Amino acid sequence: MVEITLPKNSKVAEGKTWPRTSHATHLTEFKVYRWNPEDGENPHIDTYYVDRDDCGPMVLDALIWIKNNVDPTLTFRRSCREGVCGSCAMNIDGTNTLACTKAMDDAKAPLKIYPLPHQPVVKDLVPDLKNFYAQYASIEPWLHTITPAPEKEWKQSHTDRAKLDGMYECILCACCSTSCPSYWWNSDRYLGPAALLQANRWVQDSRDEATGDRLDNLEDPFRLYRCHTIMNCSKACPKGLNPAKEIATLKKALVDRQV
Amino acid sequence: MSELKAGSTTGPRSRPLSPHLQIYRPMLTMMMSVAHRVTGAALYFGILLLAWWLVAAATGPNAYAYVEWFMGTLIGRVVLFGYTFALLHHLLGGIRHLIWDTLHGLEPAERELLTVATLVGSISLTLVVWIVGYLAMGGPR
Repeated sequence: MVEITLPKNSKVAEGKTWPRTSHATHLTEFKVYRWNPEDGENPHIDTYYVDRDDCGPMVLDALIWIKNNVDPTLTFRRSCREGVCGSCAMNIDGTNTLACTKAMDDAKAPLKIYPLPHQPVVKDLVPDLKNFYAQYASIEPWLHTITPAPEKEWKQSHTDRAKLDGMYECILCACCSTSCPSYWWNSDRYLGPAALLQANRWVQDSRDEATGDRLDNLEDPFRLYRCHTIMNCSKACPKGLNPAKEIATLKKALVDRQV
Repeated sequence: MSELKAGSTTGPRSRPLSPHLQIYRPMLTMMMSVAHRVTGAALYFGILLLAWWLVAAATGPNAYAYVEWFMGTLIGRVVLFGYTFALLHHLLGGIRHLIWDTLHGLEPAERELLTVATLVGSISLTLVVWIVGYLAMGGPR
């Protein structure tokens, strides 16, 4: 359901301003969403100053710098620091992206950092993505075949393989799904752009033999058709993919099989 | 683990919902989607106006004259102008969605162009309709 305002326990208050390190001349201001499950308080925005002469260029570098030098309790997910794992997905400067591939200089200061939108918060910038992963599992993201397995491998022509370009690159960071207003209001029933892009990845796979079942599963007013081509997903994707286009492809496939 | 038993008052509290509309940067395509919804809802009221006008025409000269008087007042004209815009905006938005449904115009530059075209197109067409309307009446009265 559409709920414009946040629930009472989620209203964001002004937090504390952490001291800037001495001697630093080149500072960048950060406004970061904080929530501690143990202190009994509402979420709040803390202010930090990052010493740019002592820190790498990316937003993730800055968050790690804050954790090392100012506030060791700041909590966020990170792993590969090069845009292939999808762990550090968060809302930076108003849009969802990966902290590790977003340069501080490409965002407006003060840099506003929030967890991925409209998700339950575990702590600070860590959202609970259980529902997101369950939706991914629901599209059965593996090869379905009926014919006996070949002796060596399932073969695919270069042309058929090329049909998966723009989909296999998805790292499931959840930037797209959590940028989508339709997903905000209906994430209990709407699969969201990431799961739908993945669904199309298997529908388009020439080796897969369950295309009909896959499309049947999507033919539902909510699972697929809550997409209203708002396009926030495609604008958010840090890998430059186009989930809106993949969803449109699915909608078209559902029409094509009827005519 | 004993502290985490069900019903324990020291266990984790219910999780807050992270901010969404409050913090997301307004994207042009997102705002135009909202506008498409709003104009769509406005058309329900617009169609009532149309029905009122037709019913009045069928009822008789007095009823028709009353509708004509109301549509001629400043408020009436503002409402009609809004209805014209809502109709054209929703129409062009529908065409844009139709194009997208055929898998065209979905690439980054194209989708922005289509969206801007819908906005500029609906505003200019509204003005054109009103200018032509006034010219046909022989100037404002």
